[in-house]
Amino acid sequence: MAHPGPAHGGEHRTEHGLVVPDRYVRDDAVHPPLDSPTYRSTALRHPKRPLTVLPHLLTEVTGPAFGQERVGPLDHDLTRQHPGEPIGQRIIVHGRVLDSDGRPVPDSLVEVWQANAGGRYRHTADNWPSPLDPNFSGAGRTLTDSEGRYRFVTIQPGAYPWRNHPNAWRPAHIHFSLFGRAFTQRLVTQMYFPGDPLFFQDPMWNSIPDERARRRLVARYDHHVTEPEWALAFEWDIVLRGRAATPFESEADDD
Amino acid sequence: MTDPRAAEPPATTPSQTVGPYLAIGLPWADGPYAAAEGVPGAFWLRGRVLDGEGRPVGDGLVETWQADPDGRFDHPDDPRGPAARPGFRGFARCPTDAEGRYAVHTLRPGPLPGPGGTTQAPHIDVSVFGRGMMHRVVTRVYFPDEAEANAADPVLASVPPDRRTTLVAEPDGEGYRFDIRLQGHDETVFFAL
Repeated sequence: MAHPGPAHGGEHRTEHGLVVPDRYVRDDAVHPPLDSPTYRSTALRHPKRPLTVLPHLLTEVTGPAFGQERVGPLDHDLTRQHPGEPIGQRIIVHGRVLDSDGRPVPDSLVEVWQANAGGRYRHTADNWPSPLDPNFSGAGRTLTDSEGRYRFVTIQPGAYPWRNHPNAWRPAHIHFSLFGRAFTQRLVTQMYFPGDPLFFQDPMWNSIPDERARRRLVARYDHHVTEPEWALAFEWDIVLRGRAATPFESEADDD
Repeated sequence: MTDPRAAEPPATTPSQTVGPYLAIGLPWADGPYAAAEGVPGAFWLRGRVLDGEGRPVGDGLVETWQADPDGRFDHPDDPRGPAARPGFRGFARCPTDAEGRYAVHTLRPGPLPGPGGTTQAPHIDVSVFGRGMMHRVVTRVYFPDEAEANAADPVLASVPPDRRTTLVAEPDGEGYRFDIRLQGHDETVFFAL
């Protein structure tokens, strides 16, 4: 059970003078701004009025929990969802889902989607001249284990062109969707691959203000988990917002 | 020797847009059903997501999270204890169609405790994801027939009075309608979470 301590550090005073301690850290500075002009589609899709600060009340500190019924037996293996094997470099993508206080996020739904090896998405709106792969849908899901670990088997996605700016190409990436344990922790992001030469011109990447934060989206090649004569491995940890510090939270509080 | 980095908490992972192809990975067949079909009292909350020129956002995703009709959550961090309700999971997700429309089948949430002895009016937390959005935006749905409770709600009270109406759904047959305007003179109130 949670031990919400008294206010310390992050807290919010409403117009009516109520002081409400934040239950989760606020990490707005880590994220790209909703108004990111170099990504042209943001122009008409970002709020122009200032956001209203929402204290972390009951609806915000709770969230949906999903169990095995949400996940099929082959949902974690994107290479085994069709009669044949997809074309491309087989890879293992694994890591942990953690809080920013270092605690694992167990039993939590992780969803992924991606382009195929040629950089083509199985979607009616994607029609650039690269072939679809009849053996690749590009969607997966799994639950983290009791230590917050997840593991997917998939195909290395290809880069693909888009029309945001002249000769625009997205770096190869896998979309990740995370729930954590609270509405406040919900996160959708993208995992990138080390050494990608396309980062310099990518507005998604460049709109993250802090260079160190950008680097946290890049997986690490993992030779230890790479399987001989089978698949390359990449390790990527995902860190969700942790609890805001409270002076009375004890080490024994292991919720 | 201890690794000095071990004492440092890990930094959070930045958000990235869902992009134009979220329909590959995020919709579920039962996604719109926070309340299962046939649950007594359930209704449809419907609406549209519109951009700064009033055009439909046809490639977005709306997610909702809310208390049950008793104002309870099936979650261990509710200090009153978890409360499960058959046929109700509190969560729904629905991709928007070409007209920007979404629909969520749910139960009316009950009032629930707020800070400092206040009571929060019945509300539904909403996330909107889409291409052209580097991060979700978050808003709340309140109900039009709860004038007294809405007037006492501590979150609504923190919203400028002339903008509060953007957070109140409209009656729509047996259910409610809640349009989400990402930008413009009648822009929906969005929250920093």
